[in-house]
Amino acid sequence: MLKVENLNVHYGKIHAIKGIDFEVNDGEIVTLIGANGAGKSTTLKTLSGLLRPTEGTIVFDDQDLTKVRPSSIPGLGIAQVPEGRQVFAEMSVLENLTMGAYIRNDKDGIESDLNQIFDYFPRLKERIRQSAGTLSGGEQQMLAMGRAMMTRPKLMLLDEPSMGLAPILVDEIFSMIRTINDNGTTVLLVEQNANKALQIADRAYVLETGTVKLSGKASDLLANDEVRSAYLGG
Amino acid sequence: MDKAIKKSYIINFSAVFLLWLLFYCGQQFGFISNYLIGIIINSCIMIIMATSLNIVAGFLGEMALGHAGLMAIGAYTGAVVSGWLLDAVSLPHIVVLVLASLAGGLLAAGIGALISLPSMRLRGDYLGIVTIGFAEIIRIFFINFEPTGAANGMTGIKRLTTMSNSFWIMAIIVALIFTIGKSRYGRAIMSIREDEIASEASGIPTTKYKVLAFALSSFFAGIGGSLYAHYQGYLDPNKFQFNYSIEMFTIVVLGGLGSVTGSIISAIVLTVLPELLRQFSTYRLLVYSLALIVMMIFRPQGIFGRYEFSLSKFMDEMKDKKKDKQKGSAA
Repeated sequence: MLKVENLNVHYGKIHAIKGIDFEVNDGEIVTLIGANGAGKSTTLKTLSGLLRPTEGTIVFDDQDLTKVRPSSIPGLGIAQVPEGRQVFAEMSVLENLTMGAYIRNDKDGIESDLNQIFDYFPRLKERIRQSAGTLSGGEQQMLAMGRAMMTRPKLMLLDEPSMGLAPILVDEIFSMIRTINDNGTTVLLVEQNANKALQIADRAYVLETGTVKLSGKASDLLANDEVRSAYLGG
Repeated sequence: MDKAIKKSYIINFSAVFLLWLLFYCGQQFGFISNYLIGIIINSCIMIIMATSLNIVAGFLGEMALGHAGLMAIGAYTGAVVSGWLLDAVSLPHIVVLVLASLAGGLLAAGIGALISLPSMRLRGDYLGIVTIGFAEIIRIFFINFEPTGAANGMTGIKRLTTMSNSFWIMAIIVALIFTIGKSRYGRAIMSIREDEIASEASGIPTTKYKVLAFALSSFFAGIGGSLYAHYQGYLDPNKFQFNYSIEMFTIVVLGGLGSVTGSIISAIVLTVLPELLRQFSTYRLLVYSLALIVMMIFRPQGIFGRYEFSLSKFMDEMKDKKKDKQKGSAA
């Protein structure tokens, strides 16, 4: 579904991503893990068009993404949940979700997707008229995910969904990612919480200072000594 | 159409019509003096300026401090075009005014779209400085542009603006801005204010909507400028100074960024207040500034915040209250 080859990204003179390759197949959960500064978020931002690669190709369903404008990318079936729960703070929960459906015109489909999201996240339904900025961190994360689901994506990019959340909420968010995946959305997950990410993922890539250090099945990596000592605390 | 929406349209239109009828009869039967008529026209122009600025400052959430420059473009263009039209063909005055204002609005919209280009890279204070720069360029241009009188100002503009036509043009523009704010376009523009990255991620072409917001705002500002030119009959390029832009920005901030009704109320108050304070002429500015300071301390979000006043909702509430009262007295 998504194939990234020899991706290079620079921030000015700084070479942030130094030729990484990875792919995401239909129906998988793939996770990119790694420490701060490994290039995880940079990779995601390049996928969603916010950054432009200096070299390399990103192919999604036979289409080269490196030349597509960022705002056209959701239309191709890629939804991004940005880092740090970027919700429209002054808009209500419902308005936030409606903004997610901005690229769609099918009223009935939007309605039924809204109901599905409220099934997934009943808490959002309780707070439907509340402005998004007053939600708790976990609820904002749910809202950001719900908004991404409103674009009816084939592939969902999640940037550090566990950031700054209480452990119990992290569990809830991760089980929700699993559910979304079970219902047919492919997921690319970028996480610092390697342990949790590896538990739900099918495959994983370990990034280190802009290169892919290790890759393989998530369960194998979870057992790998090198990964354990570097990212899972022994 | 939804019944409730239809009802609120009818209520709002009748309210506007009654207000106009009051002014009109007042003017015809002489119980509203020419001085007051002048204040009404000035208020209408300021309402157009404030609500149009609200598109960029409130909906898009950008600091735009060059609104006077865009007004100047509309004013000069409108004045020139109406001059041509009156010379060339004999059309009813209202048609000439509308055509001249549209021309002024369109040229201002073009320049406004140009100003929006730096906003792709700059935000906040930095964009504010750029817009000041643009407005000053426009002003200096007109100070030096001989065909429109340069520093002496432009004279001999036919005074086409009347109470009625400025009132109705204002009403139409305000209705349009309301509709834009509630539309899909308005929501897209507001989502950029809330979070640019998140709106890109939702598939909103942010560049397009920023240009659109600036162009729309400038278009209406140009029309406001044209009305001003045809009301005064004389244009002084130094009227369109930085101070004037600030004054408009103040009106929008006081009314509440993002609230169209707030802008309207605030534009009326800040046009009428200086007139009322005229007798204390020396202390006028003092009171004016004091009002601003007090406001900013106790209600920094402006009179209305982001709330919109709705006449139909207000009437519904009044009805409910009446019912409650009746129930109370019956029991």
